[in-house]
Amino acid sequence: MQLFVNIVVLASIYALIACGYVLIYRVSRVLNLAHGELMMLGAYAVLATASLFSGHPAMALAAAVVLSLVVGVLVYVFLMRKMTGEMALAAILTTVALGILIRGVVLLVWSAQQQYPAQALALPNPSLMLPGGAYISLWSAALVGTNLAVYGALFGFLRFGRWGMRMRAAGQNPLLAAQRGINLHRVYALAWSLSTLTGALAGILMALDSGLTATMPVIGLKAFPAALVGGLDSLVGALFGALIVAAAEVLLIYYVDPLLSDVVPFLVLIAMLVVRPWGLFGTREELDRV
Amino acid sequence: MFRPLPRASGYFRTDYADEIALIQTRGERVTLIVFALALVALPFMASPFLLDLACQVLLASIGALSLMLLTGYAGQISLGHAGLIAAGAFTTGILSREINAPFWVTLPASALTGIVLGLIFGLPSLRLRGLYLAVSTLALHFIVIYLGGEYETKRGFSTGITVEKPRIAGIALNDGRIWYFILLAFAVGSLLICINLLRSRSGRAWRAIHAKETVAEALGIGVAAYKLLAFVISSAMTCVAGCLFAYYRGFVSIEAFDLFLSIQYVAMIIIGGMGSLLGALLGAAFVTVFPYVIENLLKLLPNAKSLAGDIFAVNYASFGVVMILFLILEPLGLVGIWRRMQNYFLLWPFKKKPLAGARK
Repeated sequence: MQLFVNIVVLASIYALIACGYVLIYRVSRVLNLAHGELMMLGAYAVLATASLFSGHPAMALAAAVVLSLVVGVLVYVFLMRKMTGEMALAAILTTVALGILIRGVVLLVWSAQQQYPAQALALPNPSLMLPGGAYISLWSAALVGTNLAVYGALFGFLRFGRWGMRMRAAGQNPLLAAQRGINLHRVYALAWSLSTLTGALAGILMALDSGLTATMPVIGLKAFPAALVGGLDSLVGALFGALIVAAAEVLLIYYVDPLLSDVVPFLVLIAMLVVRPWGLFGTREELDRV
Repeated sequence: MFRPLPRASGYFRTDYADEIALIQTRGERVTLIVFALALVALPFMASPFLLDLACQVLLASIGALSLMLLTGYAGQISLGHAGLIAAGAFTTGILSREINAPFWVTLPASALTGIVLGLIFGLPSLRLRGLYLAVSTLALHFIVIYLGGEYETKRGFSTGITVEKPRIAGIALNDGRIWYFILLAFAVGSLLICINLLRSRSGRAWRAIHAKETVAEALGIGVAAYKLLAFVISSAMTCVAGCLFAYYRGFVSIEAFDLFLSIQYVAMIIIGGMGSLLGALLGAAFVTVFPYVIENLLKLLPNAKSLAGDIFAVNYASFGVVMILFLILEPLGLVGIWRRMQNYFLLWPFKKKPLAGARK
């Protein structure tokens, strides 16, 4: 039972992060390798806002989330906008460079020590007992809930929202979409901001649960296989991919070797690339878009 | 026959030997000799610190050359370069530690590891292209690092493996100058290998695959075989660099080969300039020297003492900034700047090259 809960929590973490990869890839065909760092930035933003709005944890969290939204737009406007139409390798490397930059800045501002945003906000983190004798911490439960809410909102938005439809159109055929009067730059900026928003949510909740160090981007990178296993351009896929990767990781750690934790997602990734490179639910695109 | 200054006015060869010669003009020959003399003289002039820096540049340039061969010419993106260097270093470390193997065993063994790993890294490239290939090499990087870490913990070397300096005729090679010349020889050797590979059949095949795979196949190039060949040669060279790294440092630990190292190597070929061996060398020098420059710049600031703890972070951040600047402002890299300068002087007093085909 505990094992099952662990799988669900880890899958929620991966899914919440992976939807950021999927959003950006689906809309603009760019792989954002700075996603882990952007996520970490969101989590560290809580530390900043916590001192700003001391005594109002809800305000502080909301401010951090809004801040991450703004960061996403800024990243697109000042950086990725210049890379539209460039070689995809150049775009990927720009995100990698951005990740390095963010990591350096975070280390400069907040140092490499472990931080506890939950304490800064004076929020408790009690263990909850679930029926069946398993335990789950409050913030892990919040993460699972947030994940479901985020996916629900995203499905609704992409399916019925005006801008959601524009995003799908831009992802399907940018040229045609632009011809029909869709402002591609706005759509891309929206995708980036939504992606950093969801990433920051994941980062903040993870930091509230178990503290925060500058090694958080590793988790972001481990969530990438989840996105790819499900199909890089499919949100449903990201959910299933996260579940598969998380299950494989938790079970292998439990039954085989705890040291495997860092490689399991990548083993799953390679297996998937060999069998079905475009993922479980992804569209089978021509793989030489780069 | 050596002719002076051919570039501006065009240069016509009269026999096949001219065409094949590596050094084609007197100017090139003179600069090369001067440069070689400078390289030979360097260890006798430089301080130990500079000597170490030069050795690091030479080591990095072997890795950068091999990555340039793979990514810059054959067009196969790899984000797992650090994994290959780690594989070479660990092969050396493990062999010399477990069975006390001398360097003339570990060096070929490392190259062999490279060949095998090159085949493994290259297999996904037969099916995947571009982004997906990059991701699969990234995954392989993590797997190699995991295996190395596993070995370290299982054998109880959790802080790393110490490697003794190789001995030739009973004398341990622990003088910095000797190492400088060894590394120089290897670097020059790999440069020559790269030059000759690139101007022969394989180089032409790689360029064709890079430009358009379908067309390359239609021209009768065995795409799969040449892709694998690119991976194998590149990773064998990289693993040799890893072996040299292990001996030069005398110490191998898995922490040294994180993803950041892979990114640094990719940065070298981007900053240097894609599709140019000169670019690989320039990029290797730039990326290796860069942190020391930043460190010294920081020391110039007024309150240098208080910043000492932040050097690492500043390095990280400024490396990111420099990489972004190059990607956005100068996609052709240092080589692009160098060529522009050359053209400026060659064309003076004019500014622009005549358009190709504009002649009536």
